[in-house]
Amino acid sequence: MIEVRGLSKRYGEKLAVNNLSFDVMPGKVTGFLGPNGAGKTTTMRLILGLDYPNAGSITIDGKRYASLANPMREVGALLDAKAVHGGRSAYNHLFCLAQTNNLPKRRVGEVLELVGLTDVARKRTKGFSLGMSQRLGIAATLLGDPKILMFDEPVNGLDPEGILWIRNFMKALAAEGRTVFVSSHLMSEMEHTADQLVVIGRGQLLADCTMEEFIARSSGQTVRVATPQPDQLVKAVAEAGGSAVNSADGTLIVSGLVAAQVGDLAFEHGVRLHELTVVRASLEAAFMELTADSVEYRAENEQGQPPGPAQQPAQEQLVAQGQHRGEGGI
Amino acid sequence: MRKGSIAAKGGSDMAAVTTTQAPVLPPPSGRAGFGGTLRSEFTKIRSVRSTYWTLLVLLAISIGIGAAICAGTAANWDQASAADRATFDATQVSIAGLFYLGQLVIVVFGAIVLTAEYSTGMIRTSLTAMPRRVTVYVAKALVFAVVALVVTLIAAFIAFFLGQALLASTHANASLSGHDVLRAVIGSALYVTMCGLFAFAAGAIFRHTAATITSIIGLLFVIPILAHLLPSSWYNDIARWLPDSAGGAITATVAPQDSHLFSPWGQFTVFAVYTAILLIVGGILFRRRDA
Repeated sequence: MIEVRGLSKRYGEKLAVNNLSFDVMPGKVTGFLGPNGAGKTTTMRLILGLDYPNAGSITIDGKRYASLANPMREVGALLDAKAVHGGRSAYNHLFCLAQTNNLPKRRVGEVLELVGLTDVARKRTKGFSLGMSQRLGIAATLLGDPKILMFDEPVNGLDPEGILWIRNFMKALAAEGRTVFVSSHLMSEMEHTADQLVVIGRGQLLADCTMEEFIARSSGQTVRVATPQPDQLVKAVAEAGGSAVNSADGTLIVSGLVAAQVGDLAFEHGVRLHELTVVRASLEAAFMELTADSVEYRAENEQGQPPGPAQQPAQEQLVAQGQHRGEGGI
Repeated sequence: MRKGSIAAKGGSDMAAVTTTQAPVLPPPSGRAGFGGTLRSEFTKIRSVRSTYWTLLVLLAISIGIGAAICAGTAANWDQASAADRATFDATQVSIAGLFYLGQLVIVVFGAIVLTAEYSTGMIRTSLTAMPRRVTVYVAKALVFAVVALVVTLIAAFIAFFLGQALLASTHANASLSGHDVLRAVIGSALYVTMCGLFAFAAGAIFRHTAATITSIIGLLFVIPILAHLLPSSWYNDIARWLPDSAGGAITATVAPQDSHLFSPWGQFTVFAVYTAILLIVGGILFRRRDA
């Protein structure tokens, strides 16, 4: 379990992380969400001890990262897939990492096999595509067979096949009982993978809840369905391009499809419905609303202060989000 | 990205991945520490081509320049004055390529040990694998120093023997058993290695290749030249405190010792103390700063 308590980090004038507290629970996929610049990467760097916090503490199963006996056996982290020396072969890159934690040499070949890079193991990483670099980075996280895995925006810039691969990989890791902590600025990405959500904006905690709770909080267009045959309907919804999750009261919450589509699907698959209700916005819209509010609040708050260059990106971000929100509402 | 290479669960669903196929890791044998980090740093240094290119250039320059000077001297020996012959230092001349130009190469090599990790971002991956930074820093410095010392010793001895063979016709050639000769040959390798460690430490301070190399060349090469422009009474007072004075002092075997300098090993100690201070400052910054 990762415990973050009262974490703050300042870079010059900019408060990147502001009094952040949350837990990452074992055996779950925890989505770490926030718009670009919200402080997700900074938080992950602080967890790994790459940067030092100005205040607060982080422990991993009760210990600071730097004092873990064998860090790679506890935590596997991928922050930046391109953070490798391009002149080194994939094999040697993994081998030099494995050696620091006294991991056996054969493990290098095993993780290369797992991510499908065996054929290019002896090639220098300079020529790797982003997708291949991501696989190499994931191979590195698996070297120590850790209980906790951390990924920072793992699908950024990947093609659809790469996204699918990473998504399934994370699911498989969680299914094995590992803790997966994964950041994204796209709610739609988390909808498919995360059990638990930690949402931040401008370095502050906005939400720390289960995916179901998050859905329950949001307002607008999703479809609630009560049915005695939930498994069949979940499958049908997924095939139709939507997604369905169990809510706390035993009903299904369908997103990505409108009520009529869900009704038709149920009819086609012979699924009996006891309830079909239009309820809420998509998670994406709920997330946008949540984070946009935080940005608006911050922007208003900053009006009282002398304007500086540091505030400028916040304004741009607000505009960009406003536009995005407009599109989402169509 | 190749579909066929994905480890597929059951084989039918190409995107379903499992990580449990790998055999279970043996339990840890202890705490990750200095030994593993040392092996890791050795793997790093031997697994990039730049290491081999740099060391090859070092050998070529050290041996080639030493040989060229020796061959030139031998060819013109007849025209040399008696005074020139009396002060001719066959040992120092044969290894001049190493301690004048080889140090430039080793400075670059020493600097990039750390700065290349910053420019590529590898440092974040390295420090995630081994977060105990002092361990990483010391392991890096040690691996670099050993590799540099081995290669510079090889360069020094080859340059020395080749140079003496080329000087044989002058009968002014030196032998290893000669007065101070072994000290000069080994000392040249130690001095050049120390230059590399100096640059390594500067790399930890600047974390940027160009800034590191520029400042080290300034300290080791430009400041001594500027110092020579000072009135000689001033220069004589400060010469012994210049870092590069160690190079000339430790490789000299014939010319009377400059009375303004310390003994060869004393002069070397001055440089070693500077290097140690810089290494400590670099280590403190490496430990304290955000990576």
